[in-house]
This record gives sequence, structure tokens and C-alpha cells, in this order.
Amino acid sequence: MTVTDVAAFVGDYPYRAISHGTTDWLLSQMDRVGIDRAWVGHLPSFLYRDPAPGNAVLEQSLAQHRDRLAPVPVVHPGLPRWEDDTNRAIELDAPALRAYPIHQGLDPSGGAMRVFAAAAASARVPLLLTVKFEDVRQRHPLDTVADLPAAAVRQLVRSDPELRIIVTHADRAFVEEVHFGLTPREAARLLWDISWIWGPPENHLAALLDSMGVKRFTLGTAMPLRIPDTSFARLDLLDVSSAERSAILGDNLHAFLD
Amino acid sequence: MLIDVHAHFYTERSGRADWQTVNAARLDAGRRIGITAHVASILGSWGASSPTYFPSPEDVTHANDRMVELLREHREIHGYCVVNPNYTDHALGEIEQRLEQGMIGVKLAASRRASDKLLDPIASLAGERGVPILHHVWHFRRRDWSGQEASDASELAALAERHLATDFIMAHLGGGGDWSHSLRVVREVPNIWVDLSGSGVDVDMLDAAVREIGSARLLWGADITLGTAWAKLRYLESCDLAGDDLDLIKYGNAFQIFPAGVFRDGD
Repeated sequence: MTVTDVAAFVGDYPYRAISHGTTDWLLSQMDRVGIDRAWVGHLPSFLYRDPAPGNAVLEQSLAQHRDRLAPVPVVHPGLPRWEDDTNRAIELDAPALRAYPIHQGLDPSGGAMRVFAAAAASARVPLLLTVKFEDVRQRHPLDTVADLPAAAVRQLVRSDPELRIIVTHADRAFVEEVHFGLTPREAARLLWDISWIWGPPENHLAALLDSMGVKRFTLGTAMPLRIPDTSFARLDLLDVSSAERSAILGDNLHAFLD
Repeated sequence: MLIDVHAHFYTERSGRADWQTVNAARLDAGRRIGITAHVASILGSWGASSPTYFPSPEDVTHANDRMVELLREHREIHGYCVVNPNYTDHALGEIEQRLEQGMIGVKLAASRRASDKLLDPIASLAGERGVPILHHVWHFRRRDWSGQEASDASELAALAERHLATDFIMAHLGGGGDWSHSLRVVREVPNIWVDLSGSGVDVDMLDAAVREIGSARLLWGADITLGTAWAKLRYLESCDLAGDDLDLIKYGNAFQIFPAGVFRDGD
């Protein structure tokens, strides 16, 4: 089993200072908590009008660490020649493609996103969608964009029968609304990271594992915005078998990509 | 030893059928984490019969009654006396009574702005009795939010500076809002201690808390998310804090601000 974090970043955050946006720090934290590989995005690119320069920085940043750090470039499906960025990501062997439709000013389940989703599905590369970066209570006064709506995830999944989506930073209500708003076959094309799902005493994560099954969940950390220990602490507070733990930490992701 | 300075429990009047399950889940998770003391409060009826942050005197009394029962039933549970400062006489009476019954602190949530002089007799009484006040804080409140008259760190600091003999705990640094604003405010206010609880787990929040406040004024706590609390403890353990600084955060600082002898050696 390869422990894989699907939601790591390098780089700065536009709304507050980040002290640890380097690959060295990321790797040191992965070593500390036991993460073998990370899917890494370029953090500031979510606000770039054209994400291509951010993707180039990401590519360069990870070049010496490709054995452990996989780039997940950003595509802006509303830009001319977005296909070039998609193709470049595929050439890089990116395990997924990021898009931030809300920040990019796009209808999150509109025409541009659906065409992009179809392209990703055709290339057999999952989309990686982020619900939010920060709790709404702590956001910068200018950071007024809405969270990714759950309805958009449902619509995108239904838009292409081959599309797979990994959703990060979703809470229990979001996950349930999408999962039980899809057919079982549709829901099987979604994977959720556990970084924003509460443990005890409310036990949201335990409730979701019980109602949806272990297979639908995977590891995410949101480093360097958030400490990587959270998902591991939550797993340690669950009554799950070692096989189920391994599934969440990496085996589910591996199976999802097959 | 590990002391959670910010815990909550529920009662049959809390408006949720699973209240016993949630209480048990906190204690079970606490055992797994190694929590030896839960310093807890019950916020009235949690909105069932009066608002969570504006509890009626009746709900305050009932909640404190149940809190006393809990601390008598569980040696690892300790209690804050919840009060609504808008009912001054009731609040002062509750504090006197509950401290006699074994509670070790006062909980002020968001019924009245911390800077309001209505809180002065409560702060004075807590200081006289040598117990800390855990005060709910919305970190850098830019506007009023419905359901609470939340205070931010500046307003808590105004109260603390009027009552230098009273120890205050600024609640849940990770509980929402701009933690960097609060750290700037309280770093020069020596009788405000910072509780690290809340669902927020920002790397820079923890780094800044240690750097700007120092381990000698940080307190470990969970509030309503024990997983994030344990995660923050693990992160701090990895930070190579100097000397016994980690032990200060885990329990040493709590020993200092709560009444002597309430936490048993060997717990």
C-alpha cells in the first residue's frame, strides 16, 4: 500500500502568508507522518487568470522529486487553447487535473466545465475539485467567493459516464448530499478526501464510512495550509480494521485509478 | 497527563436524541487520546428552549445542575459554571453555588460583549475566587453574526485589562475567524491565555501561537472536534519545543490557572 495524499500544495497563498510552501517542507512533513506520495498543486494558481505560468512553476518545483511528488496542474476551461494545458498535464503524467470553476468565474457545471470534464474522461484522468480552502469565518475580506456547490458535482458526474472526480475539503453534509443524490454507479465514480470530515464526538467520518462504505474515501491533507496530522488522528479515533485503514490511506485511490 | 480546557457535554434538554451517545463518544475518544481531565461546560439547552448563546436563567441552572452531576459521576470531568451576564444576580449566585459544588471555572459565551461593564462583577468574583474565565471569542469579528453577541480579542482584552487579578482563557484559537488578529491583540495582555481548540488546523496558526504568545500561555483543548485537537498536539510534538514547553501546553499551564489540587497527580 502506498500512502498517498491527493490534496497537497506548494507555493504561496494570496490571502495570508504561508511559511512552508516549499517542496522540502512538504517532503519533511510527509516523512514525519508517513505519506509516501503526494499529488501536488500550485497553490496561488487558483486565482491566476491564466494558470499556465503556475503550472510551469509547479513542473519545475517538483522536477527533482517526481518519485514522490506528482504534479496536478490547473486548467481554466474558459480560456482559449485550454486543451494545450490539458495535453501538457497528460504529457507530464499528471494523475489528475485541477479546475477551480468558482474562482475562474465559470458556471461550475456549465458548458465549459462539461466540455473539459468530457476531455478529462476521454483521457482517463480524474478531475480534482476543491470545495474550499478556508473556513468561511476566517477568510480575507476580499475572499467572498462561494464554496463549490454540491449540485455542481452531481451535475458533472452525470454529464459523462466515464468521468471520475476526486473532491477535496468537503464536509459531511456536502458528501452526503452528493453521494445519495446519485445512482450507485454514478457515486462509484467519486472519491472523497477525509480532510474536512469531523471525527468524535460528532463522529461524522464514522457515520459516512458506515452509510457509504469505506471505498469512497481517501487521504488528503491540504498542506501547507493545514497540518497533515488531522486525517491520521481521525483514522486513529475510528474502529476500522487495518485493511480499511489501508484502503483509505491509498488502496482506494489505487483502485479508483485502475 | 493531558488536560482539555475546552470541552462540552449535552443533556436530555439539549434538543438532540443522541446526547448520551455524543457524551460517551467524547469520553471514549478522550481515553484513546490520553485525556486525563475534561474541563467542560453545558451551554444551557444548546438552543432547544433558549438560544445557545443567550440561555435563559432556567436553562443555565439546569445545565449547571447536570454539569455538577457529571463531575460527580466521572472523576476525569471538571466543570465551568455557565452564566448569562445579562442576569447579573443570577450569574453571581450561580458562580458562588457551583464553585462550592466543585466547579473550577466560569464560562462566558456570547450573551454580552466582553468589554461591557456588565461583566465586571463576574470578572471580579472569578478573580476573588481564583478561577479562570473561559471566554468564547470570534477572532476578529468584522460584523455581528446572528445568534450571538460574540466578542473578539480586543474586547476580551479590554475586560482583562480591567481585571488584572483574573485569568482569562481566550477560547478556541482554531474556532473560526482571523487568528492572527487575536494573537497580535493578546500577546501583550499577560492574564489572557490562549486555548488552541477548534476545528481550524492551520500550520501557521500553531507556529504563530508558539512564536508570538509562547508556550507558557498556551492551553490545549478540543471544543467539539477531538480529532483536530489530537492532530494539533501531534504537530506540536514534532516542533521540537524547548525544554518542557510541550508539557506546559498539555497540562502545566492548566495547573497554574485552575485552583490548586483539582487535577490529581498521576492522572
